[in-house]
Amino acid sequence: MADFIQQLVEGLGAGAIYASLALALVLIYRFTGIVNFAQGEMAMFATFIAWQLVQAGVPFWLALGATLAIAFGGGMLIERVVIRPVEGAPELALVIVTLGLFILVNAAAGWIWSFLIKDFPSPFPGGALDAGGVHLSYSTLGVLGVVAVVMGLLYILFRYTKIGLAMRAVASNPASARLLGIRVSGVLALGWGLAALVGAVSGVLVAPVLFLEPTMMGGVLIYAFAAATLGGFDSPVGAVVGGLVVGIAETLAGAYVGVIGSDLKIGVPLAVIIGVLLFRPQGLFGRAAVERA
Amino acid sequence: MSDVDIPRTARLAVPSATALRRLAVALVAVAACVAPFQLEPFRVFQLTMVLVYAVALLGLNLLVGHAGQISLGHGGFFAIGAYTAAVMLDRWDTPHVLTLPAAMAVTFALGFGLGVPALRLRGLYLALVTMTIAIFLVPLLKRFESVTGGSMGLTLSRPEPPSWTGLAEDQWLYFLALAVATAAGLAVWSLLRSRVGRALHAVRDNEIAAEVMGVRLARYKTLAFAWSAMLAGAAGAVNTWVIAFVSPDSFTVNLSILLLAGIVVGGLGSTFGPLLGGAFVLFVPTLAQDVNQAAPGVVFGVVIILIMYVAPRGLAGLAGRGGRFLDQALRKK
Repeated sequence: MADFIQQLVEGLGAGAIYASLALALVLIYRFTGIVNFAQGEMAMFATFIAWQLVQAGVPFWLALGATLAIAFGGGMLIERVVIRPVEGAPELALVIVTLGLFILVNAAAGWIWSFLIKDFPSPFPGGALDAGGVHLSYSTLGVLGVVAVVMGLLYILFRYTKIGLAMRAVASNPASARLLGIRVSGVLALGWGLAALVGAVSGVLVAPVLFLEPTMMGGVLIYAFAAATLGGFDSPVGAVVGGLVVGIAETLAGAYVGVIGSDLKIGVPLAVIIGVLLFRPQGLFGRAAVERA
Repeated sequence: MSDVDIPRTARLAVPSATALRRLAVALVAVAACVAPFQLEPFRVFQLTMVLVYAVALLGLNLLVGHAGQISLGHGGFFAIGAYTAAVMLDRWDTPHVLTLPAAMAVTFALGFGLGVPALRLRGLYLALVTMTIAIFLVPLLKRFESVTGGSMGLTLSRPEPPSWTGLAEDQWLYFLALAVATAAGLAVWSLLRSRVGRALHAVRDNEIAAEVMGVRLARYKTLAFAWSAMLAGAAGAVNTWVIAFVSPDSFTVNLSILLLAGIVVGGLGSTFGPLLGGAFVLFVPTLAQDVNQAAPGVVFGVVIILIMYVAPRGLAGLAGRGGRFLDQALRKK
């Protein structure tokens, strides 16, 4: 039993990371209707920036703050420069542009920092809390804490601030929002900036576990896709719940289903994605799209 | 338009667009037959690989360009075609020629099977699912080591040129690839000129309208998926003949992304897009590789994004535009 709870806790820790990347995907999807295939690579790039700052002797938490600010600015810049020209284009064009961005960012990181794997310092102490035979490592607790803080701040932003209200207005109806005097284009850029920031959090959290390299986020992105699909691509709450569920499912399947083991764990998100899309395409918390012919 | 005023006799002097097109096709055909005798073996090998990619892109073009369905998993079908051929060669010493129809049959069946759930998915979701499948395939291939050779892969033999041809191995491989590519190209071309092609275009342009006009969406979408997968599988089998080696790491999700990028750059929905895309996929990384290990990715990313801005119909679209411009300029004189 203690072993089972142990797996559960580890699943939650992994799930929190998927949840934050899934949240980034959902933010962009809600604002621009784009599934951003480059989200993981943007997070990876931000993580490299954090690594560079730490290497240069900046204290970790200061480096993290600077990285998040840079990620925010970078996300806004990408929306302005890369995404704006294809706004409202067919889905295929959007998918291809974000894939282009995926390839570009990945190669750029390899160019600047090489493809060799790097050790990323963990911001949390190494030990573990012992609670009735279950080891709660500080790093898992720290990950859960950081993700919870980020979610809380986002909730406050969207729920209680004027700019959050404007963002919700744009997400729900851009044309009416524009008529109300909201600068829609500015809000869209802000949405991308926020998403890049949230994604960067997931990158920094996952880097100590996976080691830092340009392909680091490839697998994480698939789990985040599964999480966002499970929760519903237009639901931030769904992304978080979906992330935790996928994290737990992955850990339990890897530990207890012999056929799956550690090498075929990537099949779990695949099964989740296909299952959800076949039986409940809008996800657990999403709204079903109504189509008018 | 000003060309209404031009007398008929003057117009005859300028070759029509159709004639120019035919001339271009004839020139390409002649060049394709002469090239292997003029170039050094490495260049012949490169051209062979262009043809291999062109076959896969023909399939992808059918699905994405003509039927409007996104697939990020064609690297997976390519891999399955390659492995079907490889396992047959490795286990049973099958003659090379027989591995091609087998690979096509397997990938057709799988494409059809995947096409059924894909019916319920559209656009982004289809891209997601196909991409996840392509990613899942690599650990799967590594897992069944006894059949696939695991991470080490399988080393195989190349088809030997029959003595009556007097061809070297690289030339023989080239002509095999050329034959497959030509057959595939003609098959797709005639398919698209039939009612099937019109039905696919209708599905792409407006599903609801197509259904109202009596096009059976489910049937055409699954078939498009199956045909498209089959062509990718055929390309995979020929790839196995040419490279004589398969390993899971040659078929990562990057291959799928590369293929989609190739057809976008070559020209979605165009006749020569797959060939141009194949050349792009093969030569651009080779050229950029000299600069830096990461340079091919940077070039690819930038080119794909720029192409979406300035030429959504790809290189073939640009060439067509250039041709029309030339045509009009000639007529004005």
